[in-house]
Amino acid sequence: MSYEFLQEYWWFLISLLGGCLVFLLFVQGAQSMFLQPMSEAQRERMVDTVAHRWELTFTTLVVFGGAFFASFPLFYSTSFGGAYWVWMLILFGFVVQAVSYKYRRAEGNLLGRKTYDFFLFLNGILAPVLLGGAVSTFFFGSDFTIEKSLIAHDGGVISQWGPLHGLEVLADWRVVVFGLMVLFLSRILANLWYLNQISDDLDIRAWNRRQLLINAIFFVPLFLVVVGLLVLSDGYETMGEHQFRIVENKYFHNLFGNIICLVFFLVGVVNVLNGIIMSLIRHDARFGIWVTGLGTIMVVMSLFWVAGYFNTPYYPSATDLSSSLTIYNSSSSEFTLQAMSVVSLFIPFVLAYIVWVWRKFTK
Amino acid sequence: MESVVDWSRAQFALTACYHWMFVPLTLGLGIIVALFETIYYRTRNQEWLKICQFWAMLFGVNFAIGVATGIILEFEFGTNWSNYSWFVGDIFGAPLAIEGIFAFFCESTFFAVMMFGWKKFSAGQHLAATWLTAIGATFSAWWILVANSWMQYPVGMEFSPEQMRNVMTDFWAVAFSPVAVNKFLHTVQAAWCLGGVFVLGVSSWYLLKGHNQEFALKSIKVGGIVGTIGILMSMLTGDGAAVQVTKTQPMKLAAMEGLYEGQEGTPLIGFGIVNPDKRYDNDEEAMLFEISIPKGLSLLGRHDLNAFIPGVKDIVEGKDMIDGEVINTVPYAERIERGKMAQTALRQYSSARKSGDKQGMQQAEEKLREHYPFFGYGYFESVDEAIPNVPAVFYMFHIMVILGGYLLVYLCFSLFMAYRKPQWLTVRWKGIMLFPAVALLSIPLVWICHQCGWGVAEMGRQPWTIQDILPVQAAISSLESSQVMLTFCLFALLFTVLLIAEVGIMIKQIKKGPAQE
Repeated sequence: MSYEFLQEYWWFLISLLGGCLVFLLFVQGAQSMFLQPMSEAQRERMVDTVAHRWELTFTTLVVFGGAFFASFPLFYSTSFGGAYWVWMLILFGFVVQAVSYKYRRAEGNLLGRKTYDFFLFLNGILAPVLLGGAVSTFFFGSDFTIEKSLIAHDGGVISQWGPLHGLEVLADWRVVVFGLMVLFLSRILANLWYLNQISDDLDIRAWNRRQLLINAIFFVPLFLVVVGLLVLSDGYETMGEHQFRIVENKYFHNLFGNIICLVFFLVGVVNVLNGIIMSLIRHDARFGIWVTGLGTIMVVMSLFWVAGYFNTPYYPSATDLSSSLTIYNSSSSEFTLQAMSVVSLFIPFVLAYIVWVWRKFTK
Repeated sequence: MESVVDWSRAQFALTACYHWMFVPLTLGLGIIVALFETIYYRTRNQEWLKICQFWAMLFGVNFAIGVATGIILEFEFGTNWSNYSWFVGDIFGAPLAIEGIFAFFCESTFFAVMMFGWKKFSAGQHLAATWLTAIGATFSAWWILVANSWMQYPVGMEFSPEQMRNVMTDFWAVAFSPVAVNKFLHTVQAAWCLGGVFVLGVSSWYLLKGHNQEFALKSIKVGGIVGTIGILMSMLTGDGAAVQVTKTQPMKLAAMEGLYEGQEGTPLIGFGIVNPDKRYDNDEEAMLFEISIPKGLSLLGRHDLNAFIPGVKDIVEGKDMIDGEVINTVPYAERIERGKMAQTALRQYSSARKSGDKQGMQQAEEKLREHYPFFGYGYFESVDEAIPNVPAVFYMFHIMVILGGYLLVYLCFSLFMAYRKPQWLTVRWKGIMLFPAVALLSIPLVWICHQCGWGVAEMGRQPWTIQDILPVQAAISSLESSQVMLTFCLFALLFTVLLIAEVGIMIKQIKKGPAQE
């Protein structure tokens, strides 16, 4: 296996993890609706269906971070150290989420149930918006510079950012649109999840179908705007390790120039819409979550490919183009990628037991 | 504290300390719950099921907050230590990723089965899930401690001037370094001890209150076995840790013992008071007061009563002695000089590479390789910067050892009473029921012991993030100290509130008792 193949293989794995993570954000989507008006019994019934699913989203985020660290450490070093506030807010949300399901109804929980519900709501909003916003910088860039030789200077830090440390991207309307799109997608997935899990309570089903329609009305235009932005905006092309040039409609060419990528994207989009429409039309539909979920994973994977393959820097620097990160100049060494690739062969076994447990719980 | 380095260190220490309050209980209690469930599975006695479910419920409350504090640690390597993440990410990232893929998925998936799957899974499947949760947590600890040990004893790597970072050359050397193996065993066994002490303490409360006494006695018997095995084995591996530290981090050992000037047949200080005015370069007495065991440190560190153990001054001056022969190591002043030469060579290499000067690259690389073992010392301006806080490390080490000794006696005696003299567990003296008083007091003591152990490991290796290669001041991110101070305060408040909540929930559940579960 060549070094190049290993780098591309690991970007594929990152895209798969990213896709799974976005799908599993249905837990956050559910949390973002916890505070909406509904009866107490309905709320508790719905909370119960996600109460032992949050670990999987949480673990996928941890693995996503760990895999990025192991395979593309320069991204880990640059993005996490630079976009400090964005990542800290994301982490804050996940910390409070981790305890809230267990503590919210426990006696002696100090803060009361409503506080923990608010924590879950906070995580439900912050995680999709900020993770979506963070991923959008793969296309729209961030303000950073990298100079590795600074490691040999006393007090030198290899990556430098602006004073707002990542918060500046929230002033970019494209990033905000991307984040909101992920938020409404997660809410759609949550509605579909509830429709899958709760078949005997017609009020809950009706409530979710109404919410599904509202969330879809927000999601579809946001999605179209994001796709329009991607295919119409200029991108960068890699000319050498640290040499790049601007190419018109780069992401359009990436998407439509590769049949596998295009098929993944289109089939994914059809699946996402199919799951939503099917669940809106048919009162007894329960499988929308799997159809839209699979579509979500496919679309996210294809977007990662568009961002990182085809000689494209996946983390462009708006301040200094030569600092932009590609999967080739930011990866781990060949030896480490080889070792980690052997480890990755065990992933199907891990997935198998997760699926088995999931199925047993869902029955 | 003013600098971003100080605040970043404080934030990482805060997170690690809180995380380490919950993780040992997860590791220790996980095994104990699995044992309870195994007994239930074999006997099908509902009493054992009740016992198992009670402790599993406490396990669940603790697990959640352990997970919450853990995620911050992983991402803090990137957010607060970005130079570090690039400089050694090629090696350090791998164990973290493996931990996530194998251990954390295993732990969290089967945790859900353990907590919520009693009706959905068969008894055998549920038992397997409980064991897999405990094993997954232990396996998770393995990879995290591999990563931590590598920072203390960096092996299996080489520096790549072209990439301006260290790269892995031997995965197995990293995964199974003797330091990692020993640290894992010592840490996990100490966690079993903590789990046992927790179970004994909580159970003793029922003896004190006079209800659920059968439940309490059964719990004490199983928890006592796990705790006693844990403390006995952690003492054995503690000996292994001392030998490893002597070999690989002599400065840490010197700080642990407040040893400034070594000698053949060095005594081991049982307890003492460190002279705060003592420095490696003055003639003050090192200790204001001490109780020591003759030749004890030589025996502990090198398994030889007459072996020479170097003190801070010896190490700084580059002196050691093996088998009566003086061995010259590299003095710290020279290390600093050579470290600066290595860094200059790296800058020259970088310039030559940018200008395509191959001869210049080759010359710079030769000089770099010659001095690279001392690369990290080049960030210091004086020898003082390379010495850890001796009093802090000394006191933490001795508190850990003294409490460890106490826990050994306490656990062994408790186990004896539980199996041979159960009536002694409720003996009163002047109206006070003795065993519950001691057992409840032991709960905070075992946590203090753990925190001190972790403190010795981490403060003893200062100022290094990677021993001899990267000190803390060179490992940071480009942040303002006010930013890190703000997140430090935020997380300090949050973790404290969540800790109080956890303790509150546990106390409520304990008061309800197993019958209510």
